[in-house]
Amino acid sequence: MIVLFYNRKTKNRISTAWMYIAISFVVLLPFILGLGLYFKSSLLFSENSLGDLLFSKVWKPSIGKFGFLTFIMGSVWVTFIAMLISAPICIFAALSITQYSKKFYLKIIHPVIDILAGLPSVVYGVWGIIVVVPFISTVIAPLFGAQTMGYSILAGAIVLSVMIIPFILNILIEIFRTIPIELTEASLSLGATKWETIKYVLLKKALPGIIASLGFGLARAFGETMAVLMVVGNMVQIPKNVFDAGYPLPALIANNYGEMLSIPKYESALMFAALILFVVVMVFNALMRMLIVRYDKY
Amino acid sequence: MLKKIEEIFFRSLMLISNLLIVSVLVIILYSIFRKGLGALNWEMLTQRPHGGYYYGKEGGVLNAIVGSLYLSFGATLLATVIGVPVALFMNVYLVKRRKILNFIRFLLDLIWGVPSIVYGAFGFGLMVFLGIKTSLLAGIITVTLFILPIMIRACDEILKTSPLGLLEAALSLGSTKTETSFRVVLIQSFSGIVTAILLSFGRAIGDAASVLFTAGYTDSIPTSLNEPAATLPLSIFFQLSSPVPEVQNRAYASAVILIIIILVISLLSRALSKKYHKNRI
Amino acid sequence: MNENTKIKVEHLDLYIGKQHILKDINIEIPENKLTIILGPSGCGKTTLLKCMNRLTDLYHDVKINGSIFIDNEDVLHTKTDVTEIRKKMGLLSQRPFPLPMNIYNNVAYGLKISGRRNKKALDARVENYLKQVNLWDEVFDRLHEPASKLSIGQQQRLCLARGLAVDPEIILADEPTSALDPISSETIERKFEELKQQYTIVMVTHILRQARRIADYVIFMYMGEVIEQGPAKEFFENPKMERTKAYLQGAFN
Repeated sequence: MIVLFYNRKTKNRISTAWMYIAISFVVLLPFILGLGLYFKSSLLFSENSLGDLLFSKVWKPSIGKFGFLTFIMGSVWVTFIAMLISAPICIFAALSITQYSKKFYLKIIHPVIDILAGLPSVVYGVWGIIVVVPFISTVIAPLFGAQTMGYSILAGAIVLSVMIIPFILNILIEIFRTIPIELTEASLSLGATKWETIKYVLLKKALPGIIASLGFGLARAFGETMAVLMVVGNMVQIPKNVFDAGYPLPALIANNYGEMLSIPKYESALMFAALILFVVVMVFNALMRMLIVRYDKY
Repeated sequence: MLKKIEEIFFRSLMLISNLLIVSVLVIILYSIFRKGLGALNWEMLTQRPHGGYYYGKEGGVLNAIVGSLYLSFGATLLATVIGVPVALFMNVYLVKRRKILNFIRFLLDLIWGVPSIVYGAFGFGLMVFLGIKTSLLAGIITVTLFILPIMIRACDEILKTSPLGLLEAALSLGSTKTETSFRVVLIQSFSGIVTAILLSFGRAIGDAASVLFTAGYTDSIPTSLNEPAATLPLSIFFQLSSPVPEVQNRAYASAVILIIIILVISLLSRALSKKYHKNRI
Repeated sequence: MNENTKIKVEHLDLYIGKQHILKDINIEIPENKLTIILGPSGCGKTTLLKCMNRLTDLYHDVKINGSIFIDNEDVLHTKTDVTEIRKKMGLLSQRPFPLPMNIYNNVAYGLKISGRRNKKALDARVENYLKQVNLWDEVFDRLHEPASKLSIGQQQRLCLARGLAVDPEIILADEPTSALDPISSETIERKFEELKQQYTIVMVTHILRQARRIADYVIFMYMGEVIEQGPAKEFFENPKMERTKAYLQGAFN
């Protein structure tokens, strides 16, 4: 074996073979993931129709009733509000960073974004518990005449919005930076101010990219688990307003992993929840990629 | 005049957005450090939880720190062994095959976005399928799957911009020179690849959802791959759900430890990447 | 200042970071003539051109000293209204960069920005300027298609039309033919010959033959310095400086 290894040709052959194995594995990974989750949740399909699973709100694992609507709605609420908060912040911040900022400020803001992007989910959750939750129960909720402990859809959404800001912002900065500067120069020399240039030329040019970046952010938010789980309240109910507690899909999976073996089909149900997340995220990301690719051609 | 007002209005929105982003980081770090520093002591770092730790008695989170390090090192190593060759393969062998290359990048981007909880669930299924129990090994496998796309895409971005990669690829179309070209490309982009590895390590050490089902949790320090392992993010999570104030404070202290680890990694990779692209801000 | 001098540059120095890009530039550009800024690539020609309408503001780390007078107003002075100054100058860059909108709006953009929104008047002006650059016949039936669908040569003419539409006094052109096919290049050159009756044209090029063909006045730059300037005939037939002679004989590149 050792002799073989010293033979250059063999060495080359082994490393090439390894590369082929590795790349095949990576290419197959999404399919393995999807099929694996599908297979594991198939037990659920045999007795429930897909429509029932997705659109029923009856969640009674002990009698074999698995309606995911409550959890889907929980995810939709949290994600949607988080996007409402972070989308404008990201767009404005990206514009100022790429169009107006001086170099010394860039030296501050880039590390800030990097650190925000690198902070673990749990840390955001801890921050949510220390700051966001009390802030909602003592300041925001009374402002709207609502009463809450603070563990709510809004808390989840705020924490989530902060988490996806660096993610969306980085993509947006990249998109604005790839717009050729000559376009700005052209618009300016036609007598437009900087803001007019942004409004009529840059935003228009970047529009598909902006939509895509928000789409990626949305997909990312949809699957975020720990931080949201820690502040969102986790009550099996369809929230009626932002101060209600909710129960998003990822939280459902994370909270019930211990019990999943004790009730038949429960494991299958949790795998189905993971499958929903997987499909939603994949489809969303695929659509956004295609949007970008199509627009790149022009 | 109206034009001026409009511009001032939007510029103030931009200013506010920037202020929000910077101040939110300051608030996060300040609030956690303020709560956590008080409970942070030498014992936290050097002791395992003793009996009664979860009721506020003595002990520390050494089990979780070591568990996290084991797990992240293992996963990063495995992901490097698979990921770096893949990225090299893409940028040397496939560089002329635009269609295949784009397809692979597309797939990578797709799985890159899959949430870690999904990997966690899948990892659990895989574990049952392979017949292994919750353990360091199962955790490492799951986390590897999770960071693999991140690692490959990060390496790919680095190699893609290396002009030498292209040149060597052109030279090595016959694949006889692959050996040299790999060596050259790898050395050329070395610090970039180290940055990518650090990035993946940071992701691995910070993620909780993927190891929730797979790594198990224990108060002892694992001595083999078959034993369960605690991780720092999960120990924060569990301590925080305790009703005992001392334990909650230790959760904050553990969060401080985790943040410091992440900051060190981030600083390291920043220093490296600055060396790498001199012109990047 | 000479009576028919349109642009006067005095003691202009420009640094990017620590690099000294333009060194003590002093030039006078005559009104309603075609002035060529000539020199090998990387000598600072384009940078000089961009100083004139302060596009240098867009770049980090740029430091400028000196003055550029256009009709006795200092462009570089901090109190100068840059937007107004820029309106006086149309810009044609190396490659055409049509705005991300349809053909019609590309020409109407500058007009709409300055508040002219009367549909009929706009229509007339768009038609007029597209005709001026000989593009009307090619695009009149597809004015509402994206400008990016035009050929490169058509796009460059569109960019010229869009620049002319805002009534500039000066046209700044940065190697405007370098990305074009010979026929489109010729169209642009011939257009410039006509336009110089009404406009002061400043064109950057490194193509000697092009300069010989169309220049009225030549400014020769090398390594960030102006080596020689003068009327074209004099410059080409009787250069004073050794460097210029060497360049004209093809000793560079």
